[in-house]
Parts: sequence; structure tokens; C-alpha cells
Amino acid sequence: MNSASRRHGWWLAAAVLLPALAALPFFLPFHRQDFMIFLLLDVMLVVSYRLVTLSGEWSLIHMVLMGCGGYASALLSKRADLLVWLSIPLAALLTAAVALLLSFPLLRMRGFYFLIGSYAAGEAVRLAWKYFVYPFGGPKGLKLIPPLELQLPFLEQPLSFVEPIPFYLLLLVVTCVSLLLLYRLEHSRIGLTLHMVHWQPSLAEAVGVNSWRYRTLAFACGAFFAGLAGALFVHYLGSINPNQFAIGEMLYILVWVIIGGTRTFAGPVIGVVVLSVLNEIFRQYDEWRPAIYGLILLLSMRFLPDGLESLPGRLRGLWRRRVAAAQG
Amino acid sequence: MELVLQSIANALVQSGFFSLWAVGLVLIFGVMGIINFAHGEMVMVGAYTVWLLYAGQGLPFPLALLAAALIVCLLGLCMERFLFQPFRENPLGGLINSIGLLFILQVLAVQIGGLGLMKHVPPAFPGTLELPFEVRIPVQRAVALVVSLGLLAAVGWLLTWTRLGWALRAVSMDREAAALQGISVRRIGMFAMGLGAALAGTAGALMAPLVRVEPYMGHAVIITAFIVAIVGGIGSIRGAVLAAVLYAFFHTFVTTYYSGTLATMLGLFIMLLVLVIKPTGLMGSRLRE
Repeated sequence: MNSASRRHGWWLAAAVLLPALAALPFFLPFHRQDFMIFLLLDVMLVVSYRLVTLSGEWSLIHMVLMGCGGYASALLSKRADLLVWLSIPLAALLTAAVALLLSFPLLRMRGFYFLIGSYAAGEAVRLAWKYFVYPFGGPKGLKLIPPLELQLPFLEQPLSFVEPIPFYLLLLVVTCVSLLLLYRLEHSRIGLTLHMVHWQPSLAEAVGVNSWRYRTLAFACGAFFAGLAGALFVHYLGSINPNQFAIGEMLYILVWVIIGGTRTFAGPVIGVVVLSVLNEIFRQYDEWRPAIYGLILLLSMRFLPDGLESLPGRLRGLWRRRVAAAQG
Repeated sequence: MELVLQSIANALVQSGFFSLWAVGLVLIFGVMGIINFAHGEMVMVGAYTVWLLYAGQGLPFPLALLAAALIVCLLGLCMERFLFQPFRENPLGGLINSIGLLFILQVLAVQIGGLGLMKHVPPAFPGTLELPFEVRIPVQRAVALVVSLGLLAAVGWLLTWTRLGWALRAVSMDREAAALQGISVRRIGMFAMGLGAALAGTAGALMAPLVRVEPYMGHAVIITAFIVAIVGGIGSIRGAVLAAVLYAFFHTFVTTYYSGTLATMLGLFIMLLVLVIKPTGLMGSRLRE
């Protein structure tokens, strides 16, 4: 398949999928609408996380960065009375700034030093939210966070984005734009350089690439989109507390990304969608959820190390071998 | 004055636990190059074993302690065989596998013991030691300190004076050179994993009567073990013990005079500082790739 027809395929898929996704919540009961909303937020999280993993680092701070966005937007709108439409992008920028600040200590490390370092930094930030009752609200967190509202000329009351359907549609737009931006970023010169920094670090340095700067860029950009997801999330839920961003939640991101696979852009998205849908089907076994996730993680590490994204290729290989065997 | 002395006594007991947690983690890391994220859950399994056998079935405490060590040791050996060995070439793979196991163990603990229920483990050795200056140490705590010191001494002796210990240290220094000397790297890895796990299980068993036994108790353990292992210089057992003592004093005093959350937060800051300024820690000699 050449690249032009491939691009056509993508546009066609988007043209079918997007209206379907936009129409879907109107046919779903309330709790399924909620499920779709969290699914979109998780998609944003894993795709932005993938940008960080592109530079070869596995971070454990991503969930806390989402929380940074949430806390920032909540504080800006609640305590500083900023318009919510402004506080959300501002919070995302602030999260990127926090990541930039953290990158000075963190990105001096590599491999599992980075992993442990990012875990420690994330936990320290989370404990700070827990410890300082002012302004973060302590262990109980913040409540009564102002919702997103839009005054439309033809409606008497402002359109409130606490309702699932309007929020879902808004989130769908934001997610699509974010995915598009992240996709473009990955396939730009920057993304290619990041690949090089990951797989050929010495070569990258040798040809004059400042790998530290590229790793910082990936880290901060990933943080921006995580913060955006967090800021949107907090105005939908109306409350935020430190436990929502504990290490357990971070591990779910890790599971989604690993099970989906990290080689392609679609891998993490496949991972999060498949596992979340499975999770929704087996809802009555909710208390077993972490164990099932753990088991799936162990099995996929053993038998599907390249993730779900490698499944079609593997099946094709099997099929070809069978055909070849049948032909003798 | 009494409070200071009492805090010193408490810190001493804590340093025994901290050392046991961290030494197990460091042993496993040193020999196999894998960070065992499920280390806290091993401690939890040890505590649950004591809760089930001693508080539930009425077995004598020393027997329950032994059972906990054995069960967690077995768990460690299974982990090594099925989770770590197939991923020899990929240390991150072993780490991710240990995260998967962590989830499973937590859910099993919830299923066995329930969530939020008080799991009361009565002290096996009631009574308190009355020391001068009105310092009181419950006998249970004193016993825990003595047992952990004994275990640490035994591990130190093993590593310094036995052929097995030399082989273990050789593998952690240079895997290939050790293999060339005829040391079975695989068997030594098994041994380190079993030993580290048994130490974690014993620590959990000793803690059971002293702390709240609950499915998520491993979280505090793994954070502390990370802080201690990094500050001590990851891979260095002596560094880990030294850092454990220092951190136990720091943590106990900050907790007594301010708050436990603040103590952990500052501990994490110190760990980050060490990672940035001197990644080899107090006693580590070199970095690993």
C-alpha cells in the first residue's frame, strides 16, 4: 500500500468513526456515558505517556502530572475566581512548567534510576497535596469546584458541562485535537530525533543532537496533555483528592501501554480500549479487577511481548505458514 | 527528655525493620539486577501468614514466624523461576512482572481477610521492659529488634565468611566473570531471591502484632525500602543497613514531633537529592546500566 492510499484510508476511518463516536452517548444509559468519558480521558493519558516513552524512559509520575493539572485548574477557578475556560489551558501549561522544573533532577537519570526517581518525585508531590491543607485541602482534597459552563444565545440557562453528553462531546473534540497534535509531533523531525535518542543515543550525540533537550521536550509535552486531561476531569467531577493519583492508578497506565504495545501510535489506544471494554463487561467482578489486570500483564509479557498491536502481524504469519504447509 | 529517649528506643526498633526490608531488596537487585516492586507485598504476605496461623489457628508465634519465612521464601523462588528468569535479558521486564504480581497479591489479601476490618494480632510476648528514664519498650518490640539484628548478623556472616556468600558477591560484582569461575549464576540468583524473600517474610511476621495488618501495607514498605536502598547506594548491603539506621532515626523523630506524612515527604526529597548529587549513594561504588 503506498502512502497516499494509506492516508486516504486513515481519513476514511476517521470520517466513519468520529460521527459514530459522537452519536454513541445518545444511545447509552447514564453509567455507560460516564464510562465513555473516562475512556477518552484514559486515551489522552496513555497517548501522552507514549510520547514520554518514545525517548526511552519509563516514567511513574504521569498520573501525578495529571493531578497537577487537576489541582491547578481547581485552585485557579475556585480560589482565584478565574474563568474555567481559561483555567483549563492555563493549568495544562502550568503542568508542563512543573514537568520542566522536575526534568532538571529527573532527566539526569536513565533507565530504572529514572523510574525510581520519577516515582519518588511523584509520591513527594502527592504527599505535599496531602500534607498542606491550605491550599490543597489535605487528604480530603478540594470540593465544589466550579463547573464548565457556556452561555448560548438560544438557551435560557447556560449549557452546563457537568451533564455527561455535552462534556463527552467537548472531550471528544479535545481528545481528537490532542491525538492529532501528538501524532503530528511524533511523525515530525522532533519525533524522529526522539526515536534516535532512544535507540542510538551515542549516534545522536555524535551527530550533534542535544539529547537532553529532546528528552525534556518529550517529558514536558507529555505533561501538558496529561495536565489537560486532569484539568478537564476535575471540572466534570467537581472534586479532587490525592488518592485519585496514587501509584496504583499509575500502574494501570503502564498495563494499558504495555499490553497495547509501544511501537506504534495506535498500540496504547488499542490497549486502553480493549482492557476498559473488558473491564466494563466483567463489571460485577470489580473487586478482582487489579488481579485480572495483573494476570493479563504477566501473560502478555510472557506470550505477547510486543503487545496487542503485534497480533495482526503474528496471525498473518501463522496463516501464511499454514497455507505454505497445506501447499506442501 | 523522656520523649527524646523514648523516640530513640522506637527508632532503634524501626531501624531493624527498615534494614530487613532494604537488605532483601538490595540482595535481589545486586544479584539479579531486577528491582522487585512486589517487595512490600512479600512483607504483607508474611504478616498475613502470622495473622492466619497465629491469631487465627492459635499456632505458637515462633512457629508462625518460621512458616511465614518459608511461605514467602517459596513465593520468591516461584517469582524467580516464572517471572524473572524468562526475562534475563530485559531487567525492565522483570520489574513490570513484579508489578503484575503486586496487584494479584493485594487482591488475594483482600479476598482472604476483607478490606477495612481490624485484623487484631495479639502480642506473643506481653509486658513491657521498664528502662531507666521512664523509657518503655514492649517486649514484643524488643524481641523483634533482637530477631532482626540476629538475622542481619547472620546475613553478614554468610556474605563475608562462606563460599556461598563469596559466590553471591562475585555474581553481583560481575556476572560474566563469576560464570567463568564456574559459579552457577542461575542458582545464585535463586538463592538471593529466596533469601531476600525470606527476610521480607520474617520482617512482615515480626511486624504483624505491632502494626495494622491490611492488604495495602506494602506501599509504605516499598517507599521506605527504595529510600533506604538508594541513599545507602543501591547494591551495597552495608550502605543499606547504615542508611536504614539513619532514616529510621530521621523518620521516627519527624513523625513524633511533626507528622508521618511530612517525614515520608522529606525522605523522598532526600532520596531525590542523593539520586541527583551522588547517585552511588553512601556506600555504593558504581552505577549499573
